[in-house]
Amino acid sequence: MEKIIYLDNNATTKVDERVLEKMLPFYCEQYGNPSSMHSFGGNVSKYLAHAREQVADFVGAQNPYEITFTGCGTESANIAIRGALEINKTRKHIITTKVEHPCVMNTYKWLEKRGYKVTYLDVNSEGELLVDELKDVITDDTALVSIMWANNETGVVFPVEKAAKIIKDKNPKTFFYVDGVQASGKIPMDVSKANIDMLGISGHKFHAPKGVGALYVKRGILLPPLILGGHQERGLRPGTENVSGIVGIGEAAQLAKSYLEDEGTRVKALRDELERGIVKKVFNAKINSTKAQRVPNTSNISFEYIEGELMLLHFADAGICASSGSACTSGSLEPSHVLKAMGVPFTCLHGSIRFSLSRFTTKEEIDYALSVIPPIIEKINGYSPYQKELKELKELRNF
Amino acid sequence: MWEYTDKVKEYYTNPKNVGEIENPDAVGEAGSLVCGDMLKIFLKIDKNGIITDAKFQTFGCGSAIASSSALTEMIIGKSIDEADKLTNQDIVEFLGGLPNEKIHCSVMGREALDDAIANYKGIEKKEETENHVICTCFNIKEDEIRALVREKGVTDIYEAAQYSKVSSACGKCREEVSAIILDELKKKNEKPVDKMTKTQLVLKINKVIEGYISEHLRKDGGDIELVDVKKGKVYVRLCGTCGKCAMSSMTLKNFVEKTLKEQVSEEIEVISV
Repeated sequence: MEKIIYLDNNATTKVDERVLEKMLPFYCEQYGNPSSMHSFGGNVSKYLAHAREQVADFVGAQNPYEITFTGCGTESANIAIRGALEINKTRKHIITTKVEHPCVMNTYKWLEKRGYKVTYLDVNSEGELLVDELKDVITDDTALVSIMWANNETGVVFPVEKAAKIIKDKNPKTFFYVDGVQASGKIPMDVSKANIDMLGISGHKFHAPKGVGALYVKRGILLPPLILGGHQERGLRPGTENVSGIVGIGEAAQLAKSYLEDEGTRVKALRDELERGIVKKVFNAKINSTKAQRVPNTSNISFEYIEGELMLLHFADAGICASSGSACTSGSLEPSHVLKAMGVPFTCLHGSIRFSLSRFTTKEEIDYALSVIPPIIEKINGYSPYQKELKELKELRNF
Repeated sequence: MWEYTDKVKEYYTNPKNVGEIENPDAVGEAGSLVCGDMLKIFLKIDKNGIITDAKFQTFGCGSAIASSSALTEMIIGKSIDEADKLTNQDIVEFLGGLPNEKIHCSVMGREALDDAIANYKGIEKKEETENHVICTCFNIKEDEIRALVREKGVTDIYEAAQYSKVSSACGKCREEVSAIILDELKKKNEKPVDKMTKTQLVLKINKVIEGYISEHLRKDGGDIELVDVKKGKVYVRLCGTCGKCAMSSMTLKNFVEKTLKEQVSEEIEVISV
């Protein structure tokens, strides 16, 4: 395959070369252990401190020590959630949403089996969180509320600031964890202003390498560690630091902050152009969550009466990388729990594709995608047993 | 990403026999839009019962398109009776293999063919209530699962999978298969309990605990030990996470005691020590 048009940046991103450049010295030159007594190792800790400041600035933390480096977004979520429950032991109720990422969702399923009661908040047909429901479900027994900042499949942004206010008004003892993985690098984040207790992010979603994440924990909340060991990361995440990765996530965070304007303008314009082009040329395409506030890079499009994996396979042959929350792709045979929660009709459920752009996406790439996607859909429409329904749809939409 | 063979790739990229046949002699369907897979086949059959043309329309993933296309290729030129002998495994072999999770695509092809043949012969599709297919991925029927319990001494779904692969692909039928195995175990073990010696009874209880109950608890990080059996009362100790779990009394009544009642004797009462 000569040409790759990478429109799957919510899955992972390319490491920015400026990030890689900062990381490389820590492999063969400054390879010392930051905990060592000798200055060869000890000096490295300065770079960790710098990275901590960069990430703190990126998420809006007031103190660098509110940032802990972890291995990934999943680990950040686990340390935060399980730790918060550990220090809020007498309360056995958790509130989250129906559309969380599996890393959070599966943690709650596991906790349910261990005696916790979990309330799952609904979303509407646009994928927007019905945040006012929070008022009615928070009780004295609520230990934790956990809401994602932006949804990975639809890109819909959730009102975390409003949620924080509701939570703290109703029960100040309830902790608030926000999964910030899909918001980071796409929209401005300010944990202090939003009054969030804990926030998890993952480096590889904003052009840092895979294998490094971060967790913000508000000053004054002392979480216990999940794994036991030494003093690193103030004991919350023991184990020798992933120095190059941490330097990478720091640099990537600083860059991402400077690219927020590009995301909100140029990337958004490209995303909108892609959507307009597809809807104009493909009669059975329907964009999800258009009325909701979305992160600028994400588009979720349902193609009615055809199936997602088949589209992805044909897109891949044309060099286009996208993904689908639907049935067959992810190894599970169930359609997307996010689209199901939104009540997306079953004619669309199995044929929904997510395109996600980045700072590296160009106009030429979008033009190319728009030239190859419509004929592929046309071809696959021809395989469908629902010819009558497709014909009716075509007439209905005046094609 | 799925590992598809070159043949599967060829068949979903450029499938053969896509479309409809006007005035077909037989039409068959399988699956539904809701399930995410739906296949229709159209057959043209001459007066000697030979399939002269076959076409398909499929809503489904790459392997569903490939399986449908392969099926039509395989049956063109065959008599209805020959076609009827095809199995889903033949489709899989024709394609050079399918990932385990995608075997059901070939099964769907075979089901649509069944439906078309019934349609041609004018037979109403009869629902096999007594012995229907439980595991559609590997086409395993209820009586085959029961036979594994009776003849091979299978006591749980994991052992059953070693003999027949049952439930080891998509996993949708797991609960149903477990229920059938439990039911058959119950039948198999019916009532000679009161004639057992005490040692036989203890061994029996221990086998169910070791072979089934403990297996399940270990998945959640817990475990169970048999301590004693006295006058129909079974004394056990919950360990690991189960020992500390707030729900342990539920586990004891709803799972441990229920299973022992089903598999050994209704009289059993379980007590935690």
